[in-house]
Amino acid sequence: MQAHLRVRRFDPEEPAPQPRYQDYTVEAEDYFTVLDALIKIREEEDGTLAVRCSCRSSVCGSCAMRINGHATLACKTKLTDASKGRDVVLVEPMGNMPVVKDLVTDLQSFWDKVWAVEPFLQPQGPVPEQEYLASNESMVHLTGVMNCIMCGACVSDCTVLAVDPNFLAPAALAKAYRFVADPRDGASKERLRALSQYGGIWDCTRCLECVQVCPKDVAPMDRIMTLRDKAMQAGYTSTYGARHTIAFSELLKESGRLDELRLPVMTFGIFNLPRMLSLVPVGLRALVRGKMPPIFHRAIPGVEHIRRSFRSAEAKR
Amino acid sequence: MPLTADEQVLRHDVIVLGGGLAGMRAALEAARGGADVAVVSKVYPTRSHSAAAQGGINAAFSAEDSWEKHAFDTVKGSDYLGDQDAIEVLCREALQDIMELEHMGVIFNRNEDGRLALRPFGGAGFPRTCYVADITGQAILHVVWEQLVKARITCYAEWVATSLVVQDGRCRGLVALEMRSGKLHTLEAKAVVLATGGLGRIYEPSTNGLICTGDGMALAYRAGAALMDMEFTQFHPTTLYPSGVLITEGARGEGGYLLNSKGERFMATYASQRLELASRDVVSRAEQTEIEEGRGVNGCVLLDVRHLGKKVILTRLYQIYELAHDLAGVDLLEEPVPVRPGTHYQMGGVKTDVDGRTSMPGLYAAGECACVSVHGANRLGGNSLLETVVFGRRAGKAAAEEVRQVPFAGLSSAPGRDEHAHITELLQRGERGGLRSAVVRKEMGNAMREGAGVFRDSEGLAQTLETVRGLKGRYQKVAVQDKGGIFNTDLVSLLELGNMLDLAETMVVGGLARQESRGAHFRRDFPERDDINWLRHTLAFYTAEGPRLEYAPVTCVRWQPERRTY
Repeated sequence: MQAHLRVRRFDPEEPAPQPRYQDYTVEAEDYFTVLDALIKIREEEDGTLAVRCSCRSSVCGSCAMRINGHATLACKTKLTDASKGRDVVLVEPMGNMPVVKDLVTDLQSFWDKVWAVEPFLQPQGPVPEQEYLASNESMVHLTGVMNCIMCGACVSDCTVLAVDPNFLAPAALAKAYRFVADPRDGASKERLRALSQYGGIWDCTRCLECVQVCPKDVAPMDRIMTLRDKAMQAGYTSTYGARHTIAFSELLKESGRLDELRLPVMTFGIFNLPRMLSLVPVGLRALVRGKMPPIFHRAIPGVEHIRRSFRSAEAKR
Repeated sequence: MPLTADEQVLRHDVIVLGGGLAGMRAALEAARGGADVAVVSKVYPTRSHSAAAQGGINAAFSAEDSWEKHAFDTVKGSDYLGDQDAIEVLCREALQDIMELEHMGVIFNRNEDGRLALRPFGGAGFPRTCYVADITGQAILHVVWEQLVKARITCYAEWVATSLVVQDGRCRGLVALEMRSGKLHTLEAKAVVLATGGLGRIYEPSTNGLICTGDGMALAYRAGAALMDMEFTQFHPTTLYPSGVLITEGARGEGGYLLNSKGERFMATYASQRLELASRDVVSRAEQTEIEEGRGVNGCVLLDVRHLGKKVILTRLYQIYELAHDLAGVDLLEEPVPVRPGTHYQMGGVKTDVDGRTSMPGLYAAGECACVSVHGANRLGGNSLLETVVFGRRAGKAAAEEVRQVPFAGLSSAPGRDEHAHITELLQRGERGGLRSAVVRKEMGNAMREGAGVFRDSEGLAQTLETVRGLKGRYQKVAVQDKGGIFNTDLVSLLELGNMLDLAETMVVGGLARQESRGAHFRRDFPERDDINWLRHTLAFYTAEGPRLEYAPVTCVRWQPERRTY
């Protein structure tokens, strides 16, 4: 079959380097992946096309790029799937990082953030003579996270990172989870404290993008959510994120629905004057548009059922 | 001027070339030994091909097993070409090295009692393969990388080594191209450890990653170090059609069947005891025979794991479940997957002793690029990851000890400037429309598969040698389209091709000379093993006219050669 690819090119050595798009037509076998097509272009048509690749079996993590607008591994994306319903397959470098050349991006900030979570086991106590005893379930559970190949796809498409470069971003946080959830690690509490800081677990907006694009089903966002639970259980409840979560459930327990007037007060604290003042314009706009929540908040009928659900869930913890 | 040469010389006590398992393990150990260490790798370490090892890593942990039994299986697997003193080191030290990996944080699967679980593997008398589902290599690679981060070891990632620097017969460092900047650096070291992995891309197809081009072997060879047993290349019995991507031996270890077109478990004919779990050379030849005698399915045989059930497939073999789905469109729960023998592993490599010392002072090697020799004529599954950690550690330790006595020679940046002139010249070769390096590489790959594959004979080998030598001539005319300095993969491909052509020649010359069949080297014209004349290692030395061969004795300590059946 014939496949058409539109590749975003960038040559840093041009006098005034600008990204541009270049179209290629490839005579492709039906088993081709997008990577096969790019390699064919590079080998037969245009040797100047730069792309990182090695294993061809989604384990080295080299060939992450955006295909039709979303980050993925080129070696895991069948050309037939990528071409379905389109005239051209759009191939671009990953986002949220500088481009070195063509599809090759600079991953330095990616690695810096992974390093920032102290990505190594920190056991406590003397090293045993034999292996640390651990349940198979705990190890199999960690396989799901160790499956991360550090390709950068989740970071490329992270919507928080796009507006806040300080965010540790999904890959590093999933890596952190791998240690917090490891029964052999002795530094979990310290890790959770550090992860609760600005840029950490509470800065995720739960947009699910990382879960969708991860080619290895690591589900970074789910790991971040579990880290939040663990951080609160470990007593790190003073962050806005944790307070918001607690306030949310307290309010629901009380009346069966959200009291939107009290939620920000409970999250930020009534004496947090700068924050409180910053909410005034929002309140005024809501008032003008008739969207101000009722001042006298009432419980819903049957609220005792909701309270019972809370009690039973808390008992299960 | 797209490429530049760094006027500064970078100095480290020990430079490890290669950031895979052997290299990182060597670097860690050298750092522990007090040396200032740097890793130079052409990819970021986690991208190394160690990540692709799926099945596991061997050690005699079970109560009824022993390191001697592991050693015997390895000797037998090697078809008696492995050096038994080295194999003893491998199997004895396996236990402690794997424990250390566990302590570093590898998430090995466990038994009910919380201890390491073991799975059966080919050519092994007992279940002795520790594993992490079917991502064992990746799980170990990433953990060893974590230790590298913890130890704050310098890493020059995406630097391609172009030559070793040798002065007065001693290796003094290397020259490397930094891809990000297009700058050539002279790096001086008191000792260099090569850990550049395999050379599988010499064949077409191969399970190996595109980076596996034998760079370290070729650099050592051209610098004058001895290569050993280069004619021994392993063909893995289960590779996917058509991509050549690996399907783990763990699939058979867990109980998978190999079937021919008639639905027969044909291994019963070839290895009545061990069936699918005979050694890899035996299984690959059996498959090739079935295919050639008309009992194949489109040039393949079938691997069937359906009877293992959904739970086993999706928890212990989930990566190959995905690969079969992504690359062959097969649902392993529903149907068998076509597989065929494919180039997988190089038993031969840079000759070393058990501490990684090569024939050149100051130069060490470990892992697949080395030949200690523990694999002899055929490697057992689960022994390659093991080799990387055992001999990586030993090479790192020995290098750190040696450098305490060795001063820096005070290299100037001349080697880098010379390489700069040479590579700039390469870069100017040809224009668009000229001969592409991929064309030469594919011709080499096809010739190697046809003439130096699962079955060989003198005619095929001679023809392949002629082809390879012809290609070496054409290599001089290969054009580089990319004239830039930054991330020039076109240039890197050309350098890699040059390495592969030199090595291919040693493999074919060695194979042509070895008139017997042993392990993975099967000569149709000499179908028997010949211990009287050929129980010896082939050494290859570089000369301008092609490799000069010498031979060295095999160390047999405990076990004398016996007839080998499975």
